[in-house]
Parts: sequence; C-alpha cells; structure tokens
Amino acid sequence: MLILAIYIAIFVLAYFVYKLVAKRFEKKDGFTSRKTVTFGDETTVTANRAASIISVLSIFLIWGAFTGSKYTPIHVPGPFIGETSFNYTAVNVTGNSDDAKVHIIVHPVNKAPDLPEIDPSGDSGFARDDRITVGAWRTQLFRAQNNDVSGKGEGYKIVAIDGQPIEPGKRVFIDGGSVRMTAKGSLSYEPSKGWQMEPIWLPAPEAVVSRLIEISRDGYQNVTLMENLGWSLYRVILGFVLGGIVGIPLGYAMGLNDWFRGWFDPIVEFMRPVPPLALIPLVIIWFGIWEQGKISLLFLASLWIMTIAARAGVSGVNITKVHAAYSLGASKFQLLSKVIMPNSLPEIFTGARVAMGVCWGTVVAAELVAAEKGAGKMIIAASKFQQTDIVIMGIILIGIIGYGIDILMRIAEKHLIPWKGRS
Amino acid sequence: MAKSQSEGLHLNDVSMTFSLPDGGSVEALKNVSLDLKEGELMAVLGPSGCGKTTLLNIVAGFLAPTGGTVMLNGHEVLGPHSERGMVFQQGALFEWMTVRKNVGFGPSMKGTPQAQIDKRVDELLDIVGLHEFGEKAVYELSGGMQQRVALARCLANDPDVILMDEPLGALDALTREKMQGLVLKLWKETGKTIVLITHSVEEALLLGERLLVMAPRPGRIHKEYGLPFADLSVGADLREIKKHKKFGPTRDEILSMIWEMEEEIMGRKE
Repeated sequence: MLILAIYIAIFVLAYFVYKLVAKRFEKKDGFTSRKTVTFGDETTVTANRAASIISVLSIFLIWGAFTGSKYTPIHVPGPFIGETSFNYTAVNVTGNSDDAKVHIIVHPVNKAPDLPEIDPSGDSGFARDDRITVGAWRTQLFRAQNNDVSGKGEGYKIVAIDGQPIEPGKRVFIDGGSVRMTAKGSLSYEPSKGWQMEPIWLPAPEAVVSRLIEISRDGYQNVTLMENLGWSLYRVILGFVLGGIVGIPLGYAMGLNDWFRGWFDPIVEFMRPVPPLALIPLVIIWFGIWEQGKISLLFLASLWIMTIAARAGVSGVNITKVHAAYSLGASKFQLLSKVIMPNSLPEIFTGARVAMGVCWGTVVAAELVAAEKGAGKMIIAASKFQQTDIVIMGIILIGIIGYGIDILMRIAEKHLIPWKGRS
Repeated sequence: MAKSQSEGLHLNDVSMTFSLPDGGSVEALKNVSLDLKEGELMAVLGPSGCGKTTLLNIVAGFLAPTGGTVMLNGHEVLGPHSERGMVFQQGALFEWMTVRKNVGFGPSMKGTPQAQIDKRVDELLDIVGLHEFGEKAVYELSGGMQQRVALARCLANDPDVILMDEPLGALDALTREKMQGLVLKLWKETGKTIVLITHSVEEALLLGERLLVMAPRPGRIHKEYGLPFADLSVGADLREIKKHKKFGPTRDEILSMIWEMEEEIMGRKE
C-alpha cells in the first residue's frame, strides 16, 4: 500500500514538474498545438517520451529505495544492524532483585560474527550479563535466566526490561528492536525490520546485475545463459514456424472452400479459446516432457491463431479486386498468388505478432513444468534454491526478449507491407 | 446482316430472377435486349435498384442470367474474361503493386514477355498522363490518379468491351470533369465498345453516344436516347457542350423521369 501510494505520488508530482519545465523550454508551433479539442481526439495523444523515461526510472528508484540499493540516493529506513543492549531486572525466590545486561549484535543475514566478549568485572548479584547475536529481519529466543544464579529455580522471574515492567505475552520496545516474553518466561529479541525488503523477497538491483554478469560468464547449473535463452527462442521459432506452415494454408482453404470451412470451423472455434497452458498436461502424457512435447505445444499455440488470421485475410479481400483480377485474365491460381495472398499479408502479420507473444509466454510456462534448458527452467530452478535475484533476472530477460520480438515484427511489418491500413 | 449480328455485344431477353430467404422473389432484370455495335459508347442511367449493376455484372460474366443470353462477337458470355475489361468505382487496384505492376497486370497474367509489357505500360502511362508515377505505390496517388491507373490497367489487355461501373463516382467535381474528358479521349482513340454506368445525368449525356434509362421492379429498359453530345465533346470544352440547345431540355426530361421512378419506389415502400 505504501509503495502504491509512493508510486502514485511520483506519477502526479512528475506530471506537474514536467508541465512546469516543458512550458519553459518547449516551443509548440505544430498544427496539433492549435487544436482546441484534444480530449477525445486520439490523434493528439502521442506517448509522452518523458513520461515513459520517468516511469521506468521511478520503478527502479522505488525498487532501489526499498532494497537499500547503492544505485539510488534515497532509501527507506533499513533493518537495524549493529550493537545494542538492554537491562533486565529479575526477582529471585528470596524477593531480592538484581539487574543484568544483555549484549546484542545484529548482523546482516549470513554473516554471523563471534559472540561479543563480556567483561565479568562489575557484574555482581545473582543476575549475570548475557550476550546474543541475531541476523537482521530474524528473531532470537533466549533464556536470560539460564546463566543466572538459581535462575532455573522456583520463584525466579524477570519482571522488567530497561525499567519497563514485563510479563508473559507482553512486549517492550528497546533501542533497535523489541523484546517479548513468551508464555514460558523466555525472552525473544526482534531487531526492528525497517521498511526495506529482505533480499530473499526482493534483492537490490545491483544484486540482479551482478548475477547477470556472473551467470552470463559462468552459466547456471552448468548451462550458459545464452544456451538457456537460445533454447527457449529456438523452441518458440520452431513451434511458431510449424504452426504457420500448417495454419496459413488451412486458413486459406477455410477462406476459399465451403467444405474446408465447415469441416474445420468447429475444431478451430473449439480449440481457440483453450489456453495452450491447459494443454500442457495432455501434451506431456502424449509426447513426454522433452523437446517433442514442447514443440507440439507451441505448434498448437500458434496453429489456431495463424489459421484464423489467414482465414480473416482471405475474407477481407475486397470483391472488386477479385472481379478485377478475373476480368484481367487471371486464373484461379494467379488470383490466389497475386491477389489473395498479398491481400491477406496484413492480417497474417497481425496474427503472427499475437502468435509470437503467445508462444513466448507458453514456452516459459512449459519450461517451468519440465525442461533441461531454457529461460523458464532457469528461473524455476533458482526459485527452488530461493535465489530470488536469478528469478528476477530471468523475468526481466524474458520480458526484454518478448518486447524485442514484437519490435522486430513491427519493423518487418513496416518494410514488408507498407500498404497496411492505406487501401 | 449476318455479320452485324455476330459482331458487337448482344443481349437477348436477359432476365434475372432470384428468390429471397423469406420466400419472396426479386425480378432484378426482365427481358432486357440490347445490341451494341463495335465502338459504341452506351451510358446507363436509372434509379437505385433498377438493375444497372446486375446488368453490368451479367455482361462481365460475374453473374449468370436466369434467362436469355449475352453474346459477344459471336460467342456466348459464360464467365469473366479479359476480352471484357472492368473499371470499378474504387478499391480495385492492388495496393501491394506499383503503378507499373498494376497496369501490366493483365498482360503478365497471359505470360506476355516483360519487354513487351514494359513498352505497353509506358505507352499507357503516357496516355493517361502518369508516366512519372510508374514506380509509385498506388496508395500514394490521389483518387483521380488512381482511376487513371484503373483505366490504363483495363486498356493494357486490349479488351473488346470496357465495362465501367460508376468509374468517376468517388471523385470531386473538378477531377470528375477532367476524367470525363479523358474517358472520351480514350474512347475516340481506341475505338472500344464501352458500357458506362453512372448516377450523374450530365455525365451520361456528355459521354453517352447512346443513353439507356432503366426502370426498376422489374429492372427493364425504360427509354433509349441517341445523343449527339459525345461526338461533339471529344477534345472540346465540356462546359461549352452543356450550353448546347438540346442539352438542357434532355437533361431535365431524364431527371424528371428518374425522379418519378424514385417517388414511385418510395410510395410502394410506405
């Protein structure tokens, strides 16, 4: 909730700051700047590049701020790390009371120091000083009375922490954390957690970057990063191409012939809404968990999309173009190759972009289930060892590749079918 | 006499009746007979629903009539063929081809050698005034230029008959006037038989050597005119032709004729 509030605040603040700055520097003299009706006129809305940059930066800023990253200047309070101590007051069976001190070292996770030395001099009375270490974000349960004289005896109890009375179930706040007494009279020290995320939940950006460098150099579990991503891409492209090779001719046949359309309509319309992920169990039963299974799954994922795109492409051909071609002496085959095929390219490209997106998502999911190599396999393996930094690195790479594929498809579309939307 | 019967375009009692899904039937055309000599330009006018387009589609071979026959130069029309070229209102050009490729489409379908196609395309682009635009994409051209491409593409096949379905209907008034001049020029220079469907009475008067007014329900020939304007118009200022003493009265007569038919349809509908 806090993060959401901060994010919204950055959004609003950045907007006003940008408008202030933009007013100063930006000179608007284009035609669009003279339009008075902009709300509702889609042509006046172009993505504000400054907003895009600030958007991405603010995500990294929040990420860094909540993980104590060294990349970001601002941090939310981190967990308490360092030395602290508290005094407790104990009462023994005779009714005497005595104080003793507990020395605490709160250390970063996985870096346990030696127990602190205690100077025994000046520690008189039956309660004896204690020492504990505890990792940040952790809690430490201990019995202060164990080393006290007759601390395990009847009638002995701890009654106060730093002068504040305590009893089972109660909590007392001290410097750098809090102390709670359990029902059985043990003390439990909990260092204050701050607002930062523990690396196991969300590692800092630099941890992800250093993981990326490490894994692209050394690989992960004896598989290089390029191999992992390459296998995923290879599966996607092979499945997608196979889907197109079968789907496009099938779509053409459905668009050109009533028997084909009647025959395959129920199959296509039935299979289209079935998410490819729902087919994974069946594909595993039929084809096993290795390459054949995954390629079959991706083939099925792209097949229906490409079929429907090709069918729509044929249906979309203007009848006057068909009439014109026949009147100019085209044969049926010439009509198909010179008119219907090029005319359906825009639809097929749209379908191909959708199919590539679906395939990329499906391959990662399929690799999560079972794979030797692949982007999905890498992150599911890392998650089993709680290597959150690798998981996040994998997700970012998967996102970048998916985005990259779409950009490439759009560039190809621009070059191959410049007439799209201009007939 | 035997020769004139076989040469040219002949429609013999062409009828088109089809049933509707709700059980009724439509008589789109009833007993339409027509003879066009080679080189004649016939304009066809009529209110909407009179079967003009159906008639053109039958002649083009896209529709088979339910009765009667269409004969061209002695053989029956049974389907689309390059002997009968079409010019549509719009949307019939191939956007994925350049202007040159569009114009050369017909010859290349027949396997004409590329050198011959290129020569023919150059000639035609010169005639329609587009020789600088050969390598352009068709979607980069204005509406009037696109129709010039459509005319050139149709002529590239050297068809016996050219069928025009409101070829200038989507153009603005000025471009339309220019294009009317071009159609007349092409007609005179090539000597093609042309059937021109139009909504504009003035256009029909200016371009039609013969003018056919059709009536709806059932679609039939209502009246035919032989007109002098087309011959006068070739190469002339079309605006001067409109001042001809017979032009105004003929136009008014046809307009009120079509107006009456339209009103009759409206009355029946209510």
